[in-house]
Formats: sequence, C-alpha cells, structure tokens
Amino acid sequence: MNRLRLGKNWLYIPLIAMAIFYLIPMYVMLVTGFKSFAEVDLKTMWNLPQGIHFDNYVEAFSQLAPSLWNSFIMVIPAAIISSMLGSLNGYILAKWKFRGADFIFPFILFGMFIPYQSILIPLVIFINNTLRPIGLGGIPALILAHIIYGIPITTLTFRNYYASLPQELLEAAKIDGADMLGIYRHILLPISIPSFVVVLIWQFTSAWNDFLFAVVLTGNRSWPITVALNNMAGSQIISWNVQMAGSLLAALPTLLVYIFLGQYFLRGLLAGSLKG
Amino acid sequence: MHRDKDRYLSIILISPSILAVLIFVYGFIAWSVRVSLSQWKGLNPDYTWAGLTNYINLFSDPRFLVDVRNTLIFTGVFVIGCILLGFILAVMLDQGLRGEGFFRSLFLFPMAISYIVTGVVWRWLMNPAEGDRLSGFNLLFSYLHLDFLINKWHTTETWGIAAIALAAIWQMSGYTMAIYLAGLRSIPDELREAARIDGASEFQIYRHIILPLLSPVTLSALIILGHMSLKVFDLIIAVAGKQLPLDVPAIYMWQTTFDGLFYGRGAAIGILLLVSVAILIIPYIRYTLRTEAQQ
Repeated sequence: MNRLRLGKNWLYIPLIAMAIFYLIPMYVMLVTGFKSFAEVDLKTMWNLPQGIHFDNYVEAFSQLAPSLWNSFIMVIPAAIISSMLGSLNGYILAKWKFRGADFIFPFILFGMFIPYQSILIPLVIFINNTLRPIGLGGIPALILAHIIYGIPITTLTFRNYYASLPQELLEAAKIDGADMLGIYRHILLPISIPSFVVVLIWQFTSAWNDFLFAVVLTGNRSWPITVALNNMAGSQIISWNVQMAGSLLAALPTLLVYIFLGQYFLRGLLAGSLKG
Repeated sequence: MHRDKDRYLSIILISPSILAVLIFVYGFIAWSVRVSLSQWKGLNPDYTWAGLTNYINLFSDPRFLVDVRNTLIFTGVFVIGCILLGFILAVMLDQGLRGEGFFRSLFLFPMAISYIVTGVVWRWLMNPAEGDRLSGFNLLFSYLHLDFLINKWHTTETWGIAAIALAAIWQMSGYTMAIYLAGLRSIPDELREAARIDGASEFQIYRHIILPLLSPVTLSALIILGHMSLKVFDLIIAVAGKQLPLDVPAIYMWQTTFDGLFYGRGAAIGILLLVSVAILIIPYIRYTLRTEAQQ
C-alpha cells in the first residue's frame, strides 16, 4: 500500500484503452449477433443494433446444435476421467514414491508439451485399426485421446497439490491403521475438491477448444463445435453475421465457466507453466 | 506386510497411466520416426527404408522454407508482443489501483476461448477489402481518421503472418500478464522500500531491482510462448484456411499427410516440430524440477 501515490490515477487511461482493445472482438460478436438480417452489412459492422433480434442465433443454433451436443458428450467424460486419473497418479507420485518415481515424472511431464503432429499418424492408424472397427471411432476415440494426452497436466497439478500437504497427515492415518486407498478416500479426496475444480475446468476448456484431434479423429456426424464452426466459417454460403452468432455459441460454455469460476481457471493456467 | 501391500497397490494403480504415456507418447513418437524414414506415400502403409530422404527433401522444399520463415516471423512478433504487453499490464495492475480484479479478469478472458472462435472473429476484423467495401479494423481506422493505419492484414505479402500473431497476442498476452503479476507479488515490499529510502526513483526500482528479479519469469514466459508459436495451427486455419502464404509446419504436416497422403514427409515434419519443441522444453523441465527440489 506504500507504493507511489503521486498521480496514479492517470493509469486508468491506458488500462481502459487496453480494456477496449480486449473487448473489441466481443463487441463485434455480440452486436452483430443481435442485428436483424436486414441490418447486417459489413459497412455498418461497428454500429449498435436497432433493437434486439435473434435471427442470427436461431440460424446459427439450428446449424450448430448437433456439434454443440457432440462437444458436451465428449468433453464431460473426458474431463471427469482424466481428473480422476490425475488425482490418483498425483497422490501416488507425491506420497507413495516408488523407486524410479522421480525419474518417471519428467517423462510424463514432457507429454504435455509435445506437438501432437509428432504422434498424429500413429494415433490415427491405431484408432482406425482398433476402435473404429468395433464402432468406437469418432467421439469415443476423441474422448480417449483427450484422456491420455491429458494425463501429464492433470497428474502434475494434483502431484503439486498433494506434495504441499504435510506428511504427518498421512502418518497419523497410518498409525490408525488406514491403508493406502483408505487414506486417499477418507483424507485426501475430501480436501482436494478445489484441485478437482481447477483440473476439471482446465480439461473441460482444453477439450472443448481443441481442434487438431477433433479434425483428424471425427467425421461429419461426430464433429465437435470447433470443427463445425470452422467449416461454417470456411463455406461461402453462410453469411458472416451467422458466423459471429455461431462463434458466441461456441465460446459461451467456456466463457461462462471463466466468468463464474475465474479464480480456479487462473490456477490451472499457472499450473500449465509448471508452477503449481 | 501392510506397507508392502500398499506399495504394490500404488504401483499397480499408477501403471495404466504410465503405460498409456509410454505407448501413446513415446511409442508413437518412435513409430512416427520410423514412418519418417520410410517411402510411405499413398493409402497403403509402406515401410521401405528411405533413410533421411524425407528430411533432406524438406530443406530444399520451397513450401517448407516458407513455413520456417513464417514460423520465425510469427514467433518474433508473438513472443515479443506478449512479453511487452503482459509485463506492462502486470506493472500497471500491481500499483494497487481500485478495480484491479476487474481489469485482470478482463485481460485474461480471451484465454478461455478457442483459437477457432478467435480466428473466425478476427477474420472479419482483419477484412482486407478496400475502397467503399472497407470494414473491420480498417473501417474503424477510417472513422478515427487514422487512414495511414489501413492495411491488408494477413493478406500482406511476406509479413501477413504477423497479422495472425496480433490475434494470438490478443489471446495470450493476458496469460503473460498473469505470470508476471504472480512474479511481482512474490517480490517483498521491503526491497522496494529500501530502494526508495536510498533515493531510487520508481523507474530505477523497476530497472535495477524488479526486472532482474523477474528474469526467471521472463525465461518461463519466453519458453512457454516460444513453444506455443512452434505449434500454431488452428488460429491460422480459422482466419485464412489453408493458404500457402500463411503456411506453417503444423499445417503442412496435416495437409500433406491427410489430404496428400505423403505419410513419410508428414511424419518428418512432425518429428522436426518435436525436436524444436524439445530443445526448448527439456532444459526447462529439468530446471523447474531442480529448483523445486531445492526448495
């Protein structure tokens, strides 16, 4: 609080200018979405709408609804399963160190940074030879990819959290006769709800926003929202105003999570740069 | 006895994850390397040995050379832009102003959005149409009488990729701000106080005390942002589709493999990407884990 007092209010000028810069794309998305078809014109794209119309959203939703649904049924199991795996792995790596655990951990971590282009060909061949013949291509395959390639970051976040807990917590439980799984279920799990929120949000956001896995692993009927939106934007038939409305629909789930659970989102973000 | 049972159980429980990473990360990388050393093109797998041909060909492939140039331009603009903007925003927010939380959330929200959404919106903001068809930022510039700023954005020759980097800066500078802010908050107030008592100006404090203390943060930011720019893919696709002037290795790999069926070449690009990311990331992981162990 003892920082420079002298005329600090001028800082609001650059801050507000930057706030406007960050809001510009949101402004255009919202304003365009609420215009009527008759009003839409690239030459007046900065003007406010004359009244609130839902034409663009109705049109965008009618086209994107199946892929929005695909995204939800893909993202929810992917986020839940990878969080549970991460929690268990993190617990073992932090509190039940086996020989070689410290050696294995950096190898797991590296998996979260790799460019997926370097594993894409084997992944597609693997899915085509194993999951697709038994009818589990498309969305189930995408769920599998998000779970497996999510293991490094979920494990990291939980490991860092569990490592910060005092060892005495476990020792006391051991003296009381609790075994490894008992300690996990009755002591660690209940206090790691905030970490679960962080990891769930992170996995939800990254799976929802993913494009690369989605575009190579899914087809027409199993497209998640990112692929469907990109195809919509690439087509010459669908006008830009509907694309804008579609963009908002695609961004809304993760934006709502951000608005309501922003603090947890930030913690996930910092964990992503290895600082737990 | 009891302890041993727990020990075995923990190994059994973690094995599926370790095995999955072993196969899906390291096994698949090895498999990709093998494909990259083969002649495979076309629908049917062909593992006939080709040595380093695919790699050697890439370095005389005009498209790949454009990719390397684009990656360098993109990385330069994106990394410098994010670091400067992120640092300035963090310093402004660290002054204890009212409404700090509001601004912080606002600068960070683009992180929650997908590159595809950002790309689709920026595609219209960066509309290069001229004359009476002016729109997007160009139209805004014309309203503000800043006509000299009107430009062709991503359709600019050679430097078009820099316009994509602007959209990426919009998306990621908040993240850079967040890690700088976390760094600033970890610097004890007493240090600034002591310097102030010694008569240092605010600028000198930042220049000689805070900036050096933040150099680990800057290093992390450089590495994280640098490795992101090597992987840039969806944002370009969403702004411009698959256009050669805006091509990058990640797009080339995708297109040549899955549209062109040049599996050998695609795998080679994937592995080159991996190597360039590894050069940045492996020392970073080692450094981070070592500092963690020291604490």
